[in-house]
Amino acid sequence: MFQILTPSGALNQESPLEVEMIRRLYRAMVFARTYDRKGTALQKQGRLATYAPFEGQEAAQVGSAAALDPDDWMAATYRDGAAMWMQGYPLELLLAGRTGDERGGSPPVHVPVLPPSITVGGHMVHAVGLGWAAKLRGESRIAITYFGDGATSEGDFHEAMNFAAVFSVPCVFFCQNNGWAISLPREEQTRSETIAQKAIAYGMPGVQIDGNDLLAVYQTTKEAIERARGGEGPTLIEAVTYRLGPHTTADDPGRYRAEGLTEEWRRRDPLERVRLFLSEREVWSQSWQQQIEKEAAEEVDLAIERAEGMSPLGPGEIFDAMFESLPPHLARQRAEATQQ
Amino acid sequence: MTVRNIAQAINDALDLALAKDSDVVVMGEDVGRTGGVFRVTDGLRDRYGADRVIDSPVAESGIVGVGFGMAVGGLKPVLELQFMGFSYPAYDQVVNHVARIRNRSRHRFSAPLVIRIPYGGGIGAAEHHSESMEAIYTHVPGLKVVVPATPYDAKGMLLAAIEDPDPVIFLEPIRLYRAVKEEVPEGWLTQPLGEARVEREGEDVTLITWGAMTKETREAAVLLEENGISAEVIDLRSLVPLDIETLTESVQRTGRAVIVHEAPRTGGFGAEVAALLQENCLFDLAAPIRRVTGWDTVFPLKRSEHHYLPGAARIAAAATQVMEV
Repeated sequence: MFQILTPSGALNQESPLEVEMIRRLYRAMVFARTYDRKGTALQKQGRLATYAPFEGQEAAQVGSAAALDPDDWMAATYRDGAAMWMQGYPLELLLAGRTGDERGGSPPVHVPVLPPSITVGGHMVHAVGLGWAAKLRGESRIAITYFGDGATSEGDFHEAMNFAAVFSVPCVFFCQNNGWAISLPREEQTRSETIAQKAIAYGMPGVQIDGNDLLAVYQTTKEAIERARGGEGPTLIEAVTYRLGPHTTADDPGRYRAEGLTEEWRRRDPLERVRLFLSEREVWSQSWQQQIEKEAAEEVDLAIERAEGMSPLGPGEIFDAMFESLPPHLARQRAEATQQ
Repeated sequence: MTVRNIAQAINDALDLALAKDSDVVVMGEDVGRTGGVFRVTDGLRDRYGADRVIDSPVAESGIVGVGFGMAVGGLKPVLELQFMGFSYPAYDQVVNHVARIRNRSRHRFSAPLVIRIPYGGGIGAAEHHSESMEAIYTHVPGLKVVVPATPYDAKGMLLAAIEDPDPVIFLEPIRLYRAVKEEVPEGWLTQPLGEARVEREGEDVTLITWGAMTKETREAAVLLEENGISAEVIDLRSLVPLDIETLTESVQRTGRAVIVHEAPRTGGFGAEVAALLQENCLFDLAAPIRRVTGWDTVFPLKRSEHHYLPGAARIAAAATQVMEV
């Protein structure tokens, strides 16, 4: 398994990133973790609908998204808030979506990120179409799609991989193998020894990496993006990581997995090894840590305030984005729904 | 003006769209080299290249899901699913993504694509090749569902569907592909979606139908006329949006309605039409609304399909009974 930064913070090989950039991405991971923990806390207070935490997967999401250009397409899932945020999706809209408001699915015009897919696996083919559209229109942008180990059992994974390879579509398939699809362990999801090896059957490169290693994730994704942009087609990346939390706030992992396993993965925390690396180079301090945690908390709190401050859609507004212009039957139903 | 059948009229429309707008692409199984199993896309690959008339792998969910991504990414895909019975693997993509993206992104993203689906029986095709399941699409919020029955409408409605900013399910009656010919004007023309067509004017009873059944219904009207019954025939053309005004006006005038479709009866789109008519003009009715439909059976194979499909005699008999009330 490809790794650059070991859990003790040592380099196996030269870093693809300057120390200052690593420091910035460490800060981004702290932001992501703060957001994620607050998401769970808010749900427990009844302020969010179901929340799907990504704790443990910060390096996979932050490191890969950091390798994108600003106009590269992203089609991700409900557990990929950190990757989406890295590509410009405002935190307040991620949260608005989780409060149960469709406007959370409407990022600003310059943000090329689809609203998170809730159905498992159906969005991978969308990334193929997005990348293909860019290619046919002569644009240099590529598409990346995020999905989990469970999604690789869906038929649409096969169809997406196959289409992308056959037509040499500029697309990166980024699988976060976090060990669990709700309660089903990776070993029972597929008999394949690795998820990366599935790429062989489609005729594209597949690479398995330490998904908790920010630098390995960044470098591998960067190479895949360059291949895609250079017209060499898609790549499958299997980032081996771990879902430290439950599937969602509605789930109890105690019913299906041993606590000891989770503790073992906590020792491979994706943030801690970067902290050790930075500390070794004397660009990390306790006071800086406290400062960025405070900044993160303030930014997330502001985002929550904004998300919760949106007045709910009115009865007529649930009709207004069904079509570009309202057909007569919906106009009649809208009038019926808004009648006092 | 050139005399064209429905297959040729659709080909003409695709040709015009591909020529006019470089964002239009055609994708589906066998649409390129062979011009599709019904030859509807014949010659387009030679004219516009394999990048724009795309022979896809055999994967319906992929065709629609990839097409969805293309549409969000700025293209205008016209997708072909070979037969309605093969469209079901793509249904998840249609329902969960194509039909919803505008709403779930509050207009930030949209999927202006067309899904062409040949449908219906009557040609003695193999199992799964004769389905008429339009109601599984009309029931999905966020889709437009149209069914042309003439060459002019096929051309004009396909171009309107391609121009439409929202997804359109474009159902093509297999049995009529080459059975109906008429003069169709050259060049770009559009027939707005959501307008019914009065196929034949009449005074005593309104026969409401769409797609392949327009032919049988027209023949039924001729039989009825021989017996002194003047039947008005309305071809819906567009199921969603539905031109309920034209239907209501007609039924208010005739006081009688028979709805004809080849799809199974229970939960068929005819039930929706009947419900709307009773909401709009119950007290203008002189008789209960009748439905003449396919049965709630699996579509029979070649040797028995005539037991299933409504024909002119069955339609005329139902209309006659309605007149006797």
